[in-house]
Amino acid sequence: MAKLLGLRCRECGAEYELQATHVCEMCFGPLDVVYDQAALRKVVSRQRIEQGPASMWRYRDLLPVEDDTPVVTLGEGFTPLVKADRLGAELGLRNLYLKNDSMNPTNSFKDRVVSVAISWARAHGFETIACASTGNLANAVAAYSARAGLECFVFIPVDLEPAKVVSISVFDPNVVAVRGNYDEVNRLCSQLLESTPWAFCNINIRPFYAEGSKTLTFETIEQLGWKLPDEIIIPIASGCQFVRHRQAIRELIDYGLVRDDRVPALTGAQALGCAPVYNAFKSDTPERVLPVKPNTIARSIAIGNPSDGIYVNRIALETGGVVEAVTEDEIVAAMRLLARTEGIFTETAGGVTIGVLAKLARAGRWKGDEVVVAYVTGHGLKTADVLASVDGHARRVEIEPTLKSFREKVNI
Amino acid sequence: MPQFRIPGPLRRLSDGQMTVTVEATDLGSAIDALEQRYPGFKDRLLDQQGELRQFVNVYLNDEDVRLGAGLAAKVSEKDEISIVPAVAGGEPAN
Ligand SMILES: Cc1ncc(COP(=O)(O)O)c(C=O)c1O
Ligand SMILES: [Zn+2]
Repeated sequence: MAKLLGLRCRECGAEYELQATHVCEMCFGPLDVVYDQAALRKVVSRQRIEQGPASMWRYRDLLPVEDDTPVVTLGEGFTPLVKADRLGAELGLRNLYLKNDSMNPTNSFKDRVVSVAISWARAHGFETIACASTGNLANAVAAYSARAGLECFVFIPVDLEPAKVVSISVFDPNVVAVRGNYDEVNRLCSQLLESTPWAFCNINIRPFYAEGSKTLTFETIEQLGWKLPDEIIIPIASGCQFVRHRQAIRELIDYGLVRDDRVPALTGAQALGCAPVYNAFKSDTPERVLPVKPNTIARSIAIGNPSDGIYVNRIALETGGVVEAVTEDEIVAAMRLLARTEGIFTETAGGVTIGVLAKLARAGRWKGDEVVVAYVTGHGLKTADVLASVDGHARRVEIEPTLKSFREKVNI
Repeated sequence: MPQFRIPGPLRRLSDGQMTVTVEATDLGSAIDALEQRYPGFKDRLLDQQGELRQFVNVYLNDEDVRLGAGLAAKVSEKDEISIVPAVAGGEPAN
């Protein structure tokens, strides 16, 4: 079954053949993959999905690779959805769930988008994979390129967190460290597109890449027993995944995979140090997202000129969600809160998500019985440098290796 | 004279030219001059309110003009104005 029909402009509807391009020539609007929905409706079922692999590829029918395309996989997705009773108790939420996407092969949700992007690129003859990245994407692109045996170029800001640099470099890609911030890296790559035959995961093959994000929501809802939650909290960098999550919910409803048709409130989370989407959300003109210069420890999501910002605000408003933002201190406090209550160590981007969850809960957004899900999208070791040294940890003591010293210093 | 760098999707309008030199003192008048020479550009770059379209990024010597003076930004002799399509993931309008 050839289920992929082409690309279509989101703004003006112009249609294009399937190809490595991301903007409409008529209006510069973004392009989306068009599927043969009638054909898919005949095959997609809960049973077919449940019989699939324990990875995001159980949703292969709803991803932009044809049935005979070999995929580049490291077993990404189908990460744990955990009921967070202890964190929930602190926040007055009896049905709080965390989708722990830091459990992916390279420890962030980017493995989902990259697995799709590189599978598509390899099947379409690309020999070099590239990306502009705040770190996590480069990590995934480097790993999956190694897995596929493809040449790889990653473009990162020169001052990226050391742990991210190590976990990118170990895969031996060509690393281009750009003296500038992410927005400058991204602009440079957009200009480079025209003179390289490369597949830039998040630029020219973005329509395919973006589709991979849907699996985060597909899985969450399957893991909830094919029930839609009341609200989902999602971190926002470019806003790309946020937008796909609503699309994922629409598809679940469309293909009859859920009975309910009430789209959950989709709520976005940003760091105040880089909050262009939040700023616009709070203003009188939520669809005018003005760029900012990022200054935050939440480096993974520090995009000052987020391409999907207007769609995020539109979707948040349409679904009854909000866009909220937290301070640097709130980010670190939330990382510690999550670790202390649930045993999950997330990076600063996860601190933003949990920080916003906590802020909204404490402000009385929920009554307590709502089913709320937060997407924890990256692992804490990526940004371990932001946590104060262990010496600052209040429950730490140093003792001599003697019983006497232990009894003197430790109260049990 | 300031020079525009034209991205692939818009080169049809500029007879395939990658760069176009114009005479102007600010970005707004530079876009007017570009339109004079190759009609069609203005409509692609500006919305009905005369502001830069959401999906168009314009960089003056590699600085995003929205972070500065926008269309009022002064341009001079050696300046390079790059037009770069924004990269949005979008969603089908169904
Ligand atoms: C850990 C983490 N969470 C969330 C995001 C947000 O992704 P998007 O650009 O799709 O909004 C990123 C993007 O880099 C990320 O690294
Ligand atoms: Zn269009």
